[in-house]
Amino acid sequence: MNPLETLWGTIIAGVVLTGILYFVVRALVGG
Amino acid sequence: MDIVPALSRWVHILSGVMWIGLLYYFNFVQVAALKAAQADSTAAGITKHVAPRALLFFRWASVATWLAGAALLGGNFVAAFTFQGVYAIIGMGAWLGTIMLFNVWVLIWPNQKKILGIVQASDEEKAKARRTAFLASRFNVMLSLPMLFFMGAGGHAAVFFH
Repeated sequence: MNPLETLWGTIIAGVVLTGILYFVVRALVGG
Repeated sequence: MDIVPALSRWVHILSGVMWIGLLYYFNFVQVAALKAAQADSTAAGITKHVAPRALLFFRWASVATWLAGAALLGGNFVAAFTFQGVYAIIGMGAWLGTIMLFNVWVLIWPNQKKILGIVQASDEEKAKARRTAFLASRFNVMLSLPMLFFMGAGGHAAVFFH
């Protein structure tokens, strides 16, 4: 199922994406 | 006070609030309202009088936000977009905002023009446009979460990344 079909799915997907990108950026910064 | 960064930061925040505020209005309010309005045949009030006005401010606020953001980055524009050192933080926010701007002008607005009858489209084309615009809009809501995190974290690297 596509998480973007529901608002809650969209928000959860956004939170998960934020977590993933946080670690990507932390690695880029070298922190 | 350096006038250009101060003004561009102000405009960036003002227009950004309008852009993302209207994005949330579409997704949190209008989608559900239209569904209910179609059930009692009052959808025209929204599609004729509300949606076109909301879309006007929505799409031009996205441009103003991006331009003010670019002005705010100034000489650090390339460093941000190429993730150089600590500029990777604001750079991630800038990339997400840029993808969202692309979605507004390439996926959402052209399809909304078909849905609202601003350009001619068959019923089949309208159904397809509705689906594309809906998913692009939802995709932007999803991207807005990390985008706002990195925009907020950009000036506070010591708090968020150490």
